[in-house]
Amino acid sequence: MNNRRKNRFLNNLDWLTISIWFTLCIIGWFNIRAAVYDPAHPSLFNIHTNYGKQAVYILSAAVLGIFILIIDARFFISVSPFAYLITTLLLILVLVVGRSVGGNQAWIPLGSFRLQPAEFSKFATCLLLAYYMSEQSNRSAPALRKLIIASAIILFPVALIMLQPDAGSALTYSALIFVLYREGYVGTPLLAFGGLAIVLFILALLINQWVLIGILALIGGLIFSFGQKRKRNIIQLITIFVVSALYVLSVDFAYDELLQSHQRNRIDVLLGKIDDPQGEGYNLNQSKIAIGSGQLFGKGYLQGTQTKFKFVPEQSTDFIFCTIGEEWGFIGSVILIALYITLLLRLIHLAERQRIAFARIYGYGVFSILFFHFFINIGMTIGIVPVIGIPLPFISYGGSALWSFTILLFIFLKFDSTRKGLND
Amino acid sequence: MNNFFARKYIIQGVLICATLLMVGKLFYIQIIDDSYILSANNNVLRKVVVYPARGIILDRNGKVLVQNEPVYDILVTPREVENIDTALFTELIGIDNEGFEKRMDKARNYSPYQASIFEKQLSAENYAKLQEHLYKFRGFYVQNRTVRNYPDSIAAQLLGYIQEVNQKDIERSNNFYRAGDYIGATGIERSYEEMLRGNRGVQNIMVDALNRPKGSFMDGKFDTLALSGDELISSLDKDLQKFSETLLENKMGSIVAIEPSSGEVLTMVSSPGYDPNLMVGRERGNNYAKLLENPFNPMFIRPIQASYPPGSIFKVISALTAQEAGVIEADTRFSCGGGYRYGRGGRAIMRCTHVHGSIDLIQSIKTSCNTYYGHIYHRMIDSRQMPGHKAYDLWKESLHKFGLGKKLGIDLPGEMAGFIPSSDYYTKLYGNNKWSSSFNISLSIGQGELGITPLQMANFSAIIANRGFYYRPHLVKGIGNKRKVKSEYTEKINAGVAAKYYEPVIEGMYKAVNEPGGTANAIRIAGLEMTGKTGTSQNPHGENHAVFIGFAPKENPKIAIAVFVENAGYGGVWAAPIGSMIMEKYLTDTVSLPQYIQDRIYEADLLPENKKEDDTNSIAQKPNPNKKNNSRKNKHRLAYHNLAVGKNEQSQEE
Repeated sequence: MNNRRKNRFLNNLDWLTISIWFTLCIIGWFNIRAAVYDPAHPSLFNIHTNYGKQAVYILSAAVLGIFILIIDARFFISVSPFAYLITTLLLILVLVVGRSVGGNQAWIPLGSFRLQPAEFSKFATCLLLAYYMSEQSNRSAPALRKLIIASAIILFPVALIMLQPDAGSALTYSALIFVLYREGYVGTPLLAFGGLAIVLFILALLINQWVLIGILALIGGLIFSFGQKRKRNIIQLITIFVVSALYVLSVDFAYDELLQSHQRNRIDVLLGKIDDPQGEGYNLNQSKIAIGSGQLFGKGYLQGTQTKFKFVPEQSTDFIFCTIGEEWGFIGSVILIALYITLLLRLIHLAERQRIAFARIYGYGVFSILFFHFFINIGMTIGIVPVIGIPLPFISYGGSALWSFTILLFIFLKFDSTRKGLND
Repeated sequence: MNNFFARKYIIQGVLICATLLMVGKLFYIQIIDDSYILSANNNVLRKVVVYPARGIILDRNGKVLVQNEPVYDILVTPREVENIDTALFTELIGIDNEGFEKRMDKARNYSPYQASIFEKQLSAENYAKLQEHLYKFRGFYVQNRTVRNYPDSIAAQLLGYIQEVNQKDIERSNNFYRAGDYIGATGIERSYEEMLRGNRGVQNIMVDALNRPKGSFMDGKFDTLALSGDELISSLDKDLQKFSETLLENKMGSIVAIEPSSGEVLTMVSSPGYDPNLMVGRERGNNYAKLLENPFNPMFIRPIQASYPPGSIFKVISALTAQEAGVIEADTRFSCGGGYRYGRGGRAIMRCTHVHGSIDLIQSIKTSCNTYYGHIYHRMIDSRQMPGHKAYDLWKESLHKFGLGKKLGIDLPGEMAGFIPSSDYYTKLYGNNKWSSSFNISLSIGQGELGITPLQMANFSAIIANRGFYYRPHLVKGIGNKRKVKSEYTEKINAGVAAKYYEPVIEGMYKAVNEPGGTANAIRIAGLEMTGKTGTSQNPHGENHAVFIGFAPKENPKIAIAVFVENAGYGGVWAAPIGSMIMEKYLTDTVSLPQYIQDRIYEADLLPENKKEDDTNSIAQKPNPNKKNNSRKNKHRLAYHNLAVGKNEQSQEE
């Protein structure tokens, strides 16, 4: 009987996701070795090297994963508020006792290990968000109130992280808009506006704002002249136009006043407004050189000169994709991206098949966080988004990140494996 | 499932779009845009030049004239220098503390991360001392190179020196040279630069972001080896060169000896010279400045750059060209009553040393009779059924065929053509073209406006030895393992006078040495069939210059020589003994001239007194190399000017 139960448990696990998780971990491990390769310590397991340490992190993450899989799924629902509370306390604690690394006070030193509360806060926030939203899904509270509370759950840790300040980690939470969207808290137009807002933001930085407003007016006029149902649309069109125009006018102010100078510089570099490959643009330039020089097939494992000789900074953590791009080329890069896409699409599929709202919402939370990291991290190394220092899930060197991503993913896998036994 | 199920497609759409954007950008930078691979190589690849050894130069017998000696450049990477014992370091390489700081600042300015030269050309002994301690000086490296070394300190002006390339050299070579390379600046080093320099090798090494070397690129697949320069076999005879230089010590002048059958220069002395080793090593700059200040101008290559009126040695050419022109024959006799009378009614006289009476061609050369040559020149110019200036031009043309008044094309940079005035020159000088031989009669005995280089003198000596032809004189008889010679030096050039006309001239030169009454009878060596012609070149500023040409043996000559000693006096007294000693030394490796003559030559100090004074105040001289050229030009102009002044005051010849 025990055997049968165990078999059913193993059969219910989504092995595709687990395989991808494992594959990504191994890819990360090998590429961290390539990134920090030291011919004096060639062993993959030398504990004094980053790849040796990463091996330990991967093993402990696996143990953590197994541990999560054998806990009762309901435990995670009930523990959600406490997890959120504890990580919130840690986020406050880090502001007090944290060690500053690279200008960010983000780490709590624990012996030789450094804990990064912002990483763990991600899954705690997802849990509480799922907890709150699933509670609301059967009630008919006013939509606006629900949206405000859900937003508050997201923005509270964001505020604390901004105090460190760690804009990269804080931005991650913006991805949770997909969760709100999926659950109907925000509508499609708002999502579209979100996208539009980003486009307008970039355009406003590149083009003179008055010219841009003129162009918007022209587009509005064209839509008006060729559209149907003119009278109904004119109010909407004018509203959209006025809001856009005000937004465009405020971009310069926001850009100059709200962003820090290094953040502005990163955006300017990306938009080509600064051409300074030795200074502000150094990271991005070297990163593109490393990836670009990989060409179709790459230079081969441990043959990447740009990463091996430290031209790319932060290459085992935030810029790990450079090593992959350089040594495995376009083919390797596309395979890696395909792995992520498979994982992310699989997560949507798994989320949609959940029978309880909590699991579905949490599933979308996992998707959002991983998607954001995946897109922003690779995007910044190849120059389609500004440089934002966040890790590539399961691949970048670092225990906190690997553990938090693993916990995030495996809690969801646990829900998925027991979905037939759970009901609202 | 709730009502918003369909929204998953929008989310998936966003995901797919984002992915396509990434893959598209990756495709662009990895596949389409090739510039990144270039940038990547620029990042890591450093091409390190491996310097080849410069070709060595041997003498005609395989003895070393120029060899290479290892020296050691000290490089420093300022960033890596930490806590070194500066006092010990400066002591080891022989600089002071201030010098140390100055060099460090220079290196830091160049780059804190990249190695640059700290001190150049440490000698092997210096390096040996440093080497034991080098491990204590982190950040300092040693790179070895070779510099020139001259074991016998001879032939400085001929061999030339090498120096670091300047910007112009680099541009001229289409960037073949790089900063820090050496290039032949003068002499054979410059003429044969392309053969001597060899080919640089390149090592491709990889460096990291801090420019630290990280090993060879692709296991050295693209590395090339340095290829040593070709070995040059010089035509010089080292022992003879050394001997000849000793003879001209404390004298200003030139010696050029040529092997007539090949045009190979056996010895070529420009005195005062200098020790070529001065132009090597850490003191080079100071030495160079001192040499430029030296009033005797040791960098001046007299045999090819100085030109003088040749004096009586020119008579042999007058005799040859006159025979070829048909104005005299071997038995043509003129009467010498102590001088040649010319001008209207014979009021002017070009004096002769003796009253020779009726005299033929052979005798005229043996005794160097001025009168005889006054008559010859008169016939050459005035009795050829054409205007004098046209006849003059014909005569001038025949001089060119003897290699006079034009560059011979020796393989040394800086050769001068000398000067033979054109008929226009005299037409301008006298106001019309109605002039005749009386106007410039001094040309007949090699005085006046003529400017002949010692090399040209030696060359026409070789022409006479060959009975009518020459090879362009050259200093290199073989290049590389195949012992090639440049083709222009194997071309036989005819001097324009038929062989038969040489015999009476050679007979005269033979008798000048070997018969009593000959002008060079004092240098006769029994058993050595030596010929010669002495001369005295007028010098209005002081003692006349002594000249001698000759060859030996008379039949099948092995050596032809020209000796020119400035401010010495009579050619027979000063130049001829030197010529004799060199020819005998070369042919039999002995010197049997009476010891008192040898001693007189060795002990004589013929350097002009006024310049010696200059030497002590040499700071007054301008070491500016640009000025040097000017002063050289001035010197020439001055020489011609002086000669023109001396025109009417005809010389007394021996």
